[in-house]
Amino acid sequence: MSIAPEASRYRYMDAVRDAIADEMRADPRVVLLGIDVGAGGGIFAVTRGLYEEFGPERVRDTPISESGVLGAAVGAAATGLKPIVELMFMDFLGVCFDPLLNQASKLRYMTGGGLSFPLVVRTQTGAGRSSGAQHSQSLEAIVAHVPGLKVVLPSTVADAYSLMRSAIRDPDPVVYVENRTLYSRRDVRPDATQEPAPLGSARVVRPGSDVTVVAWSRMVEVSLEAAETLAGNGVDLEVIDLRSLVPLDLATLLESVRRTGRMVVVHEAVQSFGAGAEIAQLVTEHAFDDLRAPVARVGAPAVPMPFSPPLEALCIPGVDRVVAAVEQTLSRPGGRSQ
Amino acid sequence: MALIRAFETRVGALYRTSAIPGFIHTSVGQEAVAVGVCRALRADDWVATTHRGHGHCLAKGADVDAAMAELFGKASGLCKGKGGSMHIADAAKGILGANAIVGASVPLAVGAALSAKLLGTDGVAVAFFGEGAVAQGAFHEAINLAAIWDLPAIFVCENNHYAEFTDSRTMSRRETVAEIGAAYGVDGRRIDGNDVEAVHEAAADAVERCRHGDGPALLEAMTYRWQGHYEGDPQAYKPSDEVDEWHARDPLAIARARLEERGVAAAVELDRIVRDAEERVDAAEAFARSAEYPAEEEAFTDVYSA
Repeated sequence: MSIAPEASRYRYMDAVRDAIADEMRADPRVVLLGIDVGAGGGIFAVTRGLYEEFGPERVRDTPISESGVLGAAVGAAATGLKPIVELMFMDFLGVCFDPLLNQASKLRYMTGGGLSFPLVVRTQTGAGRSSGAQHSQSLEAIVAHVPGLKVVLPSTVADAYSLMRSAIRDPDPVVYVENRTLYSRRDVRPDATQEPAPLGSARVVRPGSDVTVVAWSRMVEVSLEAAETLAGNGVDLEVIDLRSLVPLDLATLLESVRRTGRMVVVHEAVQSFGAGAEIAQLVTEHAFDDLRAPVARVGAPAVPMPFSPPLEALCIPGVDRVVAAVEQTLSRPGGRSQ
Repeated sequence: MALIRAFETRVGALYRTSAIPGFIHTSVGQEAVAVGVCRALRADDWVATTHRGHGHCLAKGADVDAAMAELFGKASGLCKGKGGSMHIADAAKGILGANAIVGASVPLAVGAALSAKLLGTDGVAVAFFGEGAVAQGAFHEAINLAAIWDLPAIFVCENNHYAEFTDSRTMSRRETVAEIGAAYGVDGRRIDGNDVEAVHEAAADAVERCRHGDGPALLEAMTYRWQGHYEGDPQAYKPSDEVDEWHARDPLAIARARLEERGVAAAVELDRIVRDAEERVDAAEAFARSAEYPAEEEAFTDVYSA
């Protein structure tokens, strides 16, 4: 899975762009807004070509004005457009949280369903390139904590395409979190005629019998590498790509953990008060009798992401930490499941 | 204006007897802004307003019974009782809603103006906000967006002189809000917000320009908040001579005197309008009191579309 077909030149970032382009072709109400998304093609070149095809009205460069732009996108969503807003780094939520926290998430509810907000906030995370603590945060738990928002985190080329199409078609606000370290991952070009995957459907990436590992975004790759390592020791991991935190596909997690009896949740975000804690607790509540060990978590330590390369590497969850967590759950009484 | 005055006065009284829960911010004294602006709008134009938004909703055509029921938190309210005073809205009437975050309505209206422009409706969008909101970044970002994109957005500042408990004249070196327009290349005008004709004339002109692609526009309507920031605020911060001065400039009295002077309406007719408004609000109160609270399952619906 982590090894894309060598023949393909089609990248994760191409999939994001093509999903947007295909939806823009299909629906004139879809517009794209953001800093440098237009003529410049985006700072990661994800949106390159869209401005040329759809023009400056629908692919709209904005000032460095996230609060105003996101607020306007919320208003536009309520009044007939289907805006996609690029928030260049997820860290920038700090300057524009109100339109998500108090507007897009709540106005549907507070108007008794009178208004709807078909809005996609595209953003990206991904530590590992010394971007510093203000350009490296995975803040999905903060967004997932707000009722009314959906949170999608694609890990593959296929999902980058499929889930973006679903996010744009969704009638509710979706925060779509890309990972910049995955942008150049390659795979075959997704089939545009296929129905996109529904939001809230986890995917079993690697079936296995001993321990369930739940991950999303880049940590799916890390977990698959851990699975390869552990396979050499006779440990068979089941790896699940959660794909979205909200809606959460708890059923797939429970089905898996009832077979394996053990679970490790892996995320790049800070571990404390993170999404892993919520998942661990939900699984414990619903499958306590099937668990042979406490659900374990692997996440970043509770420090701002360091700049210095060796310190940063220390703070990003890696294969060794996933392996260690799996081994720890296996060391509990009850032995390996059989 | 008589209806808004009657509605707001009643709402204040009902809040004091605990019939209405939550927070209430009334717009008594500011009625001419709501009416003067909204009468210049079409049904499909949008307005986005503030925590002090009942008047704008009524002026834009919200049903009085359903508005009152909303304030009571009843199922037959405009938002099924799930919004309340600070979140009263009616999409069918072009009302994006009151908003409890100061300044937040301004970018929402800019978004509605963007929709109007891109969907080619020739509609306009109005953002109502107080002079206190002008200290928020959201206002500045939003007016700049409207300016660079030539949007049909009308920024209507109701300058009632107080940002919550604080005299807003002490919170800025600027003399006016209108002059901010120049900083963004937007036509800014200060108008008498207690003169409904002056408001309407300025609003109609702004609407006309916006419909022809010459937006946005900024209007600063000078007015005064007769009540406290919220119902129950003792208002110790307001000098009494200032209060008296503004009470003498009651927007309803100004309109009434002008109608009588021009022979448009006789005193008896104007009295009847006021009485009718009272009766309309009586009926709305009765409707709201007798309405049912939402069913328990309503707590869990409308979070997502499906």
